[in-house]
Amino acid sequence: MTVFAYGVAAWLVLIGIFGVVRSHNLIHTVICVSIAQSGTYVLLLTIGYQRGAVAPIFGSSTPKGTPVVDPVVQAMTLTDIVVSATVTALLLALVIQVAKRHGTIEPDELRTLRG
Amino acid sequence: MAGIIAVQALPTLLIAVPVAGASVLLAVGRFLPHRLVDGLAVATTAVNIVLAVLLWQATGNGQVVTWAGGWQPRPHLVVGIVLVADRTGTGLALLIAVLAGCALLFSWRYFNSVHAHYQALVLLFSAGMTGFVLTGDLFDMFVFFELMGAAGYALAGFKIEEAESVQGGLTFGVLNSLGAYLCLSGIGLLYARTGALGLPQLSTALSGHGMDPLVLAAFVLICTGWLVKAAAVPFHFWLADAHAVAPSPVCVLFSGVMAPLGVYGVARVYWVVFHGVVPDAAMHRAMLVLGVVTAALGAVMCLTQRHIKRLLAYSTIAHIGLFLLGIAALNALGVAGTSVYLAGHAAVKGALFLLTGLLLSRYGSVDELGLYGRARQHRVAGCAFVLAALALAGLPPFGTGLGKGLIDDAGGSPLLTALSVAVSALTGGAALRVALRVYFGLGRRPHPDTTAAEEITGQDEQPDLRPPHDRTPISMIAAIAILLAGGLATGLAPGFATAIGRAAATFVDQHGYVARALSAERLPSQVPPPVAWTTSGVLLGLLATALAIGVAVAGLYGRVPGWLRAPIKRPLSGLHELHSGHVGDYAAWLVLGSAALAGLLIV
Repeated sequence: MTVFAYGVAAWLVLIGIFGVVRSHNLIHTVICVSIAQSGTYVLLLTIGYQRGAVAPIFGSSTPKGTPVVDPVVQAMTLTDIVVSATVTALLLALVIQVAKRHGTIEPDELRTLRG
Repeated sequence: MAGIIAVQALPTLLIAVPVAGASVLLAVGRFLPHRLVDGLAVATTAVNIVLAVLLWQATGNGQVVTWAGGWQPRPHLVVGIVLVADRTGTGLALLIAVLAGCALLFSWRYFNSVHAHYQALVLLFSAGMTGFVLTGDLFDMFVFFELMGAAGYALAGFKIEEAESVQGGLTFGVLNSLGAYLCLSGIGLLYARTGALGLPQLSTALSGHGMDPLVLAAFVLICTGWLVKAAAVPFHFWLADAHAVAPSPVCVLFSGVMAPLGVYGVARVYWVVFHGVVPDAAMHRAMLVLGVVTAALGAVMCLTQRHIKRLLAYSTIAHIGLFLLGIAALNALGVAGTSVYLAGHAAVKGALFLLTGLLLSRYGSVDELGLYGRARQHRVAGCAFVLAALALAGLPPFGTGLGKGLIDDAGGSPLLTALSVAVSALTGGAALRVALRVYFGLGRRPHPDTTAAEEITGQDEQPDLRPPHDRTPISMIAAIAILLAGGLATGLAPGFATAIGRAAATFVDQHGYVARALSAERLPSQVPPPVAWTTSGVLLGLLATALAIGVAVAGLYGRVPGWLRAPIKRPLSGLHELHSGHVGDYAAWLVLGSAALAGLLIV
């Protein structure tokens, strides 16, 4: 089960990068970047996963000593999601400007910067 | 003043002050007069300069360690996020503050139509970089990496009315984000193996554990992330685009510190965490190959540009290659050489970018051929450009010459020395060629038909700044003068070289770092390497300068002989075609580079 989750994480990162390589639409490119990032969420959560453990919130229903999943990677994932939201929004805003200035969002047709 | 502020608060303040300044500017900037906005921004960087100097004094030969919220690891408690400021990190923080100050000074009263966004972004950008150099936590390095990244993408694409600008910003954003996610995957794998994120804790955990394929994979992924920022070949494609389109004062920060911070990241993570785990021979080989390829490709691409900002950007790539060669020596002398060189290069390259910014604001073009002889009346700027170009080639007594000499000594190989002289001569010569052609009208008059459709000329760039006044504003001149003086100071200032030598000895002292961070124990300081001008260093610097003049003259007057034209044309145009401007191609190169790095470390 865990091996499967690690496989999914690696797959998401690689397919995201592959999507950027093969992309014919800049919106698709930006979404592929966030798919690659989703791979890192799955990886981090899998690292902290324990079979039979509960969420790391101690209280009346979860007394001290109950096995819980690792809260550190969950905090890292949350941070990562915030980063993702910022970067995706910024990149999409740039795509809108590319569409306005170049009249296209096909990366093959953007030829102003080269060499 | 150091008595009023607890020493432990200094690293935190260095990060918090620019963030606070940016927040204030974003909140009330639109209601304030422009002068006040600029004044606040420059004052914020001035506060940071003072804080960095205080921290430099407090670090001595050790580290200032700050555990956030007092959460220090002790028995039954392993969490805690740490800032570990040593002299290398503090020196970089000082450099960041000085360069941000110069960038803001240069753009004084400009960009004022946009609610202080520009000033706030520069401050956030410098906060991200400062955090990156002061933190002692691997995940925090990633977070600060992303903070400087996000601010950097926005700054690169700042001139949104320009087609190139938004495209360059987008390429920069996509490539650096992918690098960052590979890096985060590596951090995750390392956490899975050790259960630690702090650099000192990771060091302890790994030294007991040793090497295995997972640790190696983590190291490759983390290094990939930092090397994308460092723009080592083949991760370098975004850099020229981002530099070509970003406002010139922003290029000072991009070229001077942001890209070199990638090299810092690799060196820091290697020396604190992976030293003794990754074999020395493998690390040496990987850095050597990356450094040589980066330096050579950057120099060739630099020489064959006519867009002045792209030319300077490729020269930055070439010099990043030389930084990597300094790291490849894997000793304190190499680190000291890289540190001195980094500081000297930042000052000199910053001055060159600002002078280019002046050209752009006057003539609305950064095309070397198009500007032929047009800036003749700006003799002083021309002389400054010539001086900075010679300093780039390593003219003594500039800090670049001192740093290069030390890297050559650390490398200890005549071949590497020859490469470093050649790279210095080619990049310095290219910059000198620009200066002589544009400011002094030397060389053959370019044919009107040389505007090849395939090349980027930089003819129709939008000026960064408002239409020129009759006289160059004093704030712009001041920024350029500060940078040139800084370049001289890094080579001449008594005590600077000695201090860098001691900082480098501390930097490579893995046990000292861990002991100081985890148990506040101060181990005896290491013997610093000899950091001073040597006769061979001075002679090599003069040789590189002379060769640079030769390269410039050849570029101005020489013709490529007919028999040589065909054999060099095809590889050159192939090389230029590789830089296709297509973000997908660049992403493919990123994966290939990561695989190549793994191969270099395993073989």
